[in-house]
Amino acid sequence: MYAFEYHRPTSVSEAAKLAGQADDMKFIAGGHTLLPTMKMRLAGPANLIDLGQIAELRGITRSGDTLTIGAMTRYVEVLNSAEVRDAIPALVEMTELVGDPHVRHRGTIGGSIANNDPSADYPAACLALNATIVTDRRKIAADDFFQGIFTTALDEGEIITQVSFPIPSQAAYAKFRHPASRYALVGVFVAKHTDGVRVAVTGAGSNGVFRVAEMEDALSRNFAADALNGISVAEDEMNGDIHADAAYRAHLVGVMARRAVQAATLG
Amino acid sequence: MTATGIGAPVRRKEDQRFVTGQGRYVDDFNRPGQTYAYFLRSPHAHATIRSINTGPAKIMPGVVAIFTGDDLAADKIGGLICGWMIHSKDGSPMKAGPHPALAQGKVRYVGDHVAVVIAETLAQAKDAAEAIVVDYEVLPAVADTAQATKSSVQIHDVSPDNTVFNWHLGNKDETEAAFARAKHVTKIDLVNNRLVPNALEPRAALGEYDPGNDNYTLYTTSQNPHVARLVLSAFIGVAPEHKLRVIAPDVGGGFGSKIFIYAEETVCVWAAKKVKRPVKWTSDRTEAFLSDAHGRDHVTHAEMATDENGKIIGLRVHTIANLGAYLSTFSSSVPTYLYAPLLSGQYDIPAIYCEVDAVYTNTAPVDAYRGAGRPEATFVVERLVEKTARELGQDPAELRRKNYVTQFPHQTPVIMAYDTGDYAASLDKALELADYKTFPQRKQESARRGKLRGIGFSSYIEACGIAPSQAVGSLGAGVGLWESAEVRVNPTGSVEVLTGSHSHGQGHETTFAQLVSDRLGIPIDQVSIVHGDTDKVQFGMGTYGSRSGAVGMSAIAKAIDKVIAKGKKVAAHVLEASEGDIEFKDGKFGVAGTDKTLGFGEVALQAYIAHKFSGQDLEPGLKEGAFYDPTNFTFPAGVHICEVEIDPDTGVTKIERWTAVDDFGVIINPMIVEGQVHGGIAQGVGQALLEGAFYDQSGQLITASFNDYCMPRAIDLPSFQVGMTVTPCPSNPLGIKGCGEAGAIAAPPAVINAITDALGHEDIAMPATPQAVWRAAQKTRMPMAAE
Ligand SMILES: Cc1cc2nc3c(=O)[nH]c(=O)nc-3n(C[C@H](O)[C@H](O)[C@H](O)COP(=O)(O)OP(=O)(O)OC[C@H]3O[C@@H](n4cnc5c(N)ncnc54)[C@H](O)[C@@H]3O)c2cc1C
Repeated sequence: MYAFEYHRPTSVSEAAKLAGQADDMKFIAGGHTLLPTMKMRLAGPANLIDLGQIAELRGITRSGDTLTIGAMTRYVEVLNSAEVRDAIPALVEMTELVGDPHVRHRGTIGGSIANNDPSADYPAACLALNATIVTDRRKIAADDFFQGIFTTALDEGEIITQVSFPIPSQAAYAKFRHPASRYALVGVFVAKHTDGVRVAVTGAGSNGVFRVAEMEDALSRNFAADALNGISVAEDEMNGDIHADAAYRAHLVGVMARRAVQAATLG
Repeated sequence: MTATGIGAPVRRKEDQRFVTGQGRYVDDFNRPGQTYAYFLRSPHAHATIRSINTGPAKIMPGVVAIFTGDDLAADKIGGLICGWMIHSKDGSPMKAGPHPALAQGKVRYVGDHVAVVIAETLAQAKDAAEAIVVDYEVLPAVADTAQATKSSVQIHDVSPDNTVFNWHLGNKDETEAAFARAKHVTKIDLVNNRLVPNALEPRAALGEYDPGNDNYTLYTTSQNPHVARLVLSAFIGVAPEHKLRVIAPDVGGGFGSKIFIYAEETVCVWAAKKVKRPVKWTSDRTEAFLSDAHGRDHVTHAEMATDENGKIIGLRVHTIANLGAYLSTFSSSVPTYLYAPLLSGQYDIPAIYCEVDAVYTNTAPVDAYRGAGRPEATFVVERLVEKTARELGQDPAELRRKNYVTQFPHQTPVIMAYDTGDYAASLDKALELADYKTFPQRKQESARRGKLRGIGFSSYIEACGIAPSQAVGSLGAGVGLWESAEVRVNPTGSVEVLTGSHSHGQGHETTFAQLVSDRLGIPIDQVSIVHGDTDKVQFGMGTYGSRSGAVGMSAIAKAIDKVIAKGKKVAAHVLEASEGDIEFKDGKFGVAGTDKTLGFGEVALQAYIAHKFSGQDLEPGLKEGAFYDPTNFTFPAGVHICEVEIDPDTGVTKIERWTAVDDFGVIINPMIVEGQVHGGIAQGVGQALLEGAFYDQSGQLITASFNDYCMPRAIDLPSFQVGMTVTPCPSNPLGIKGCGEAGAIAAPPAVINAITDALGHEDIAMPATPQAVWRAAQKTRMPMAAE
């Protein structure tokens, strides 16, 4: 790890101010992505701004048909939240599958979304649930937020403050874990909203998380696994590595989509 | 059996320390004035080093020194060695290329050692390493085992076509004749995948030099500290043997990877004298992936000949073994004498011929890894037998039974003389525990749910102990493979055992103490086991090849016998009886036919005060040493049965049942033995389903972290059904055969035989990842869909 200056603001405005003053800076949330890259000397920000002491970034609230989760909320808080379990149980079930207990006790929702790892779970949930990502500057629809592998709509120094999820009538996530890393090799989140079904796929796409329009149309007409028969995603848009080439990933998208619909319709 | 004697499931004495974080590993040692070493490693698989400029790095903050291969050469420090000479078929010695601890002019794999930076802190050492300018001329590389000799790349000058040796074993003519008259020939092509050992504790070394006494101390993660001292002194020449103390304290797993003498510990000892301060290096996980000796990596074609009755009459095997870029300490023995002599398996096969071509590639050195050669042999034999049974339409269990060796001793055509065993007994027990009879119902039930179920056998044998010295010497070993022990009885009657075995997870502190408690009749907490320090322990050959029980404990037993003999003399003096009348029973020395006795503690005290010794014939004290060299290898054997269920939609293989029935001879502690079986199976399942080290065309290791290299996890494994059968080993006084490697040896063919059974075809390689199984299952489902 290279040496860095460490800052610990206690409010969003203070953090934003620090970010504006410091060049070559990074926010640190749970650190479970950022710290390993720093240790391996792949990242070496001169300034590290820790969001951990900012109380206004934490917490889970429900108001009407919307569930809002603060950016610094840790996975474990989602798991323990009766509110989330009641509103969007699929979110709890998905969170159970994130990493291991260490990761779930340190990692944050905001960190996962800001990072937009192509195999992370939360980006799929945000996209399928039609979430709104709220920052210290604006509100960004999930459809506009995720812009490719490790790329988001966030500007330099922009802080995610919270994420709000419209509560769907039915939803589920089916994850095929990468054998080694346990991230999503393929993860499919399906959610039935009053205005239709959304299907988001993580882990598989060569350009990061994506929606599958053909599946959404079919499921909006008939929310049943069989509605997906004959629908496939294009192999040439899939990722490939030694554990799963593009053809296998494309195949798994179909299998996981069916399983997600089955789980959603069971519950 | 007493509560703490032989056969008792005594809880491990060492676990209190380990589980509460009180273990002391190399990295826990810190010496005054300590500096930190960081090795600059080659980013290229193959390159000539035109120049190394350390100038800018040397003046960076905290840098104490930077050394390169030139500095080692100037001090006449020798290269790393391979301690087992193999001769090719034509009688020529193996082609061993130079293996300098720091590169001299060339690097041959990614991770090869280019320079060492020694600094006040590790971070400063890393900063400085980034400032070293190395001018590489990158050369084409070859990483693929099967391509090594065909490639135009030349890795070592001594070997223009990258061949290390072309070796063979067995009787070629008889084997050809057997195939000529065979009714059926089964053929198979196999890859034994390359593995990264991944001990929980990475390697580490801390070198220290004491100018006052001209003494060197090395703390190192070693399975065999005396061997490390011998190699570092006699061959590499960093310090005279009597001036070098090697300490291997608590060591967190080895699996073979910590047998070898590596560049890093060599450099740490040498550099400690150069910089006049202690030098510490601790591997990080990435370095471990790149530079620990890897395991396995064979490409094999094998054929099995059977007669009209399904009797195996011949076996021929051709293997290409990848030894990596350099010959590691025992690498040459693994695909030769630890491999081909096991090709007879549990079977009576009259003719066997095996050829092994060992090759260099631009990859990390490959050496012994849990099982070392024997898993490779078992994979060949057990895959072939299973395939033969399928091709002949016979039950795989019964085909095995038909071919088992039943008369002992049994001389195989490939060196080994099996001493004892009852293979059918293990098979019967395993079939029963596995509920083999009702397997068809379970298969049907799986099919109803759209799943493919399969069952696979592995009837393995291994050769353990890795001894006797005369035998291994005749096969090319550079060392003797006995073991030594000293049993020191204190005046208070407590006992310290100094053993040349080394415990790095095996539980010696418990099992060795059980032997002492059993033999001397003293409580187990009166016994302590001392190992891992060349200044304390007289001598030793270390722990690998499941030799600590059969060889190490036998040395202790021999020393105990001497203690008892001496104790009888002491008791005779004290009890004023003749020595011949003294009996030792239940921890007491007594005069036969009388009720006169002395407890063990009383005799110990009398031995040291010597007040009642009359005359000069008896020396005071009660301390005896022994060296033990067995008469043969030991031959643990058993039957493992694996049952899997495959989800053809995803390719996920779930192990539903695992039955292991092993014959380890006499068992000292059944709980520890079961633990060894569990761990071994986990590693074998890892090899079969999950693990695989892959290099790309350019020689980059693409599985260099846990993100890509998949280790077995608890959820990948079922609950094991473990059973035992016992035929005591006749070649050591305790009847022990050894259990440390059995699971890793037995498991891979059991898993793959089960998967191929489920798939209905043989076309799957290790690791059978979900992707591979999914693809293979396409072929299975096609005919079903056509029905
Ligand atoms: C062993 C392991 C297994 C894992 N398995 C999974 C898995 O199965 N599924 C999965 O989805 N993830 C997995 N992860 C990733 C884990 O979820 C990460 O913790 C998460 O992706 C990042 O969250 P963090 O709080 O740790 O962020 P950090 O590492 O602190 O930050 C990540 C990035 O986001 C930025 N950032 C953080 N918070 C904000 C904010 N509020 N506003 C703007 N930018 C911000 C940081 O500057 C940084 O660039 C795993 C991680 C590990 C170490």
